[in-house]
Amino acid sequence: MTEQLIDLSGVGMIYEAASGPVEALAGISLKVGTGEFVSLVGPSGCGKSTLLRIVAGLRPATSGTVTVAGRQVARPIADIGMVFQQPILLKWRSILQNVLLPAELAGKDPSALKNRAHQLLDMAGLNGFAAKLPRELSGGMQQRAALCRALLLDPPLLLMDEPFGALDAMTRDDMAIELLRIWGETSAARKTILFVTHSIPEAVFLSDRVVVMSARPGRIAADFKVDLPRPRTIECRASEAFGRLSLDIFKELSHRASATTVAA
Amino acid sequence: MKTKALALQYWPTVVLFVSLLAIWQLTVTYSGIRAYLLPSPMSVIEAFWEPDVPWAQHIWTTTWEIIGAFFLAAAVGVLLGVAIAWSPLIANALVPFLVFLNTLPKVAVAPLFLVWMGYGIFPNMLMGALIGFFPVVINTAVGLSQVEADMLDLGRVFNAPKWKIFMKIRIPNALPYILSSLKITATAAVVGAIVGEFVASQSGLGYVITTTQSSMNTSLAFAALIWISAVGLVLYGLVVLVARLWAPWAEGLD
Repeated sequence: MTEQLIDLSGVGMIYEAASGPVEALAGISLKVGTGEFVSLVGPSGCGKSTLLRIVAGLRPATSGTVTVAGRQVARPIADIGMVFQQPILLKWRSILQNVLLPAELAGKDPSALKNRAHQLLDMAGLNGFAAKLPRELSGGMQQRAALCRALLLDPPLLLMDEPFGALDAMTRDDMAIELLRIWGETSAARKTILFVTHSIPEAVFLSDRVVVMSARPGRIAADFKVDLPRPRTIECRASEAFGRLSLDIFKELSHRASATTVAA
Repeated sequence: MKTKALALQYWPTVVLFVSLLAIWQLTVTYSGIRAYLLPSPMSVIEAFWEPDVPWAQHIWTTTWEIIGAFFLAAAVGVLLGVAIAWSPLIANALVPFLVFLNTLPKVAVAPLFLVWMGYGIFPNMLMGALIGFFPVVINTAVGLSQVEADMLDLGRVFNAPKWKIFMKIRIPNALPYILSSLKITATAAVVGAIVGEFVASQSGLGYVITTTQSSMNTSLAFAALIWISAVGLVLYGLVVLVARLWAPWAEGLD
């Protein structure tokens, strides 16, 4: 894990709002190694999602440099998979056709990727649902289909913006375990994941590192290494190390929150 | 089971309809009201077989006008809607003009059509299209732009060209909106065709109604009215059917 896939250096973002310029991000420097799972946690409006979109090249940073896979990011980079809070599947397409959408958008032949799409659906436990319309699936299943779509073109980097935020608590825990399984947490070829979440236990359970951001303008407040053995099981949530780390992160976050309240 | 459910749902409609017909017939029979004021239901039914009136020809004329108006409104409406959603420049140029056109009482334009185009089917088609195209423009433009920002980001990640986003995401997304506006257009096309015939025509169901004004043959006017609503209902039903087959995912949208 010496090779850095993502390298952010002094990234800042100022956008124009009706009331004047707003500083959303300031001086973000962050390195993410190949195959690493890094979560971003922080208060609402701290710019976590904006940071994710800057890495994807969807929003330009107003200062600093963004490098992904050794190349400076100035416009959207095709080598990523994105998963959002909502599955945003196309309502009129079958699950299979939805999973194949990236191929069509990227100008590739979708029929050549049909086998891969079926494999991904099998892996996500959605075999038998390929021909169904999205509305025939539950929220959790739709989000798994969205994950398959993100993985179709085998991107080395996955950007996930609160992907389980809209699911109920039970489904959410199941999805976390599913994600680790699909990610192949102990395999050498595993992808790099940058994961935005509001849930500290979710971040600790999934990640190699949990990066805590401060309220607006978003800065990196702390960077916690998660030293829990992989593969992670549901039991590891009951371990002392898990609890201690979650508490440390919680303290860091609430300390920040109260500090801003006092300052305001 | 299904027929039973239908019967349960619609028996009040049938009872009301039959009662109204009976009251109408009894009123006319026993009140001595003049036939040119209110013809009896029986005389209206007789008017359907009035040998002096070439019904088939009139129905044909009006149906063609309505169908022509409908497709013209649909085609022009969708094209304008796409143009507006495609480029803000076009939108800025077109929208105020279209809003002005829509505030215009289109019926008042009908005499101008007579001056410009004379008698015939086409000016009446145009009148129907003029009344019916505006909702299509608006719904097309709205449907094309009501796409989640995340979905568009997904398109941008893969550097998909604008036309591809239109074809694969925006247009299918707009389809239920367009189909829903076409239901309004179907009824507007009927209004336009009849208005056009009122102003200038030598054939059609609207023409039949205008001739009854001088002949005092009111039962003929009633018969023509029933034909008009029958043609309108069939067109409306077809649009609903096509909408259900073409955009089954959108059920319950309207």
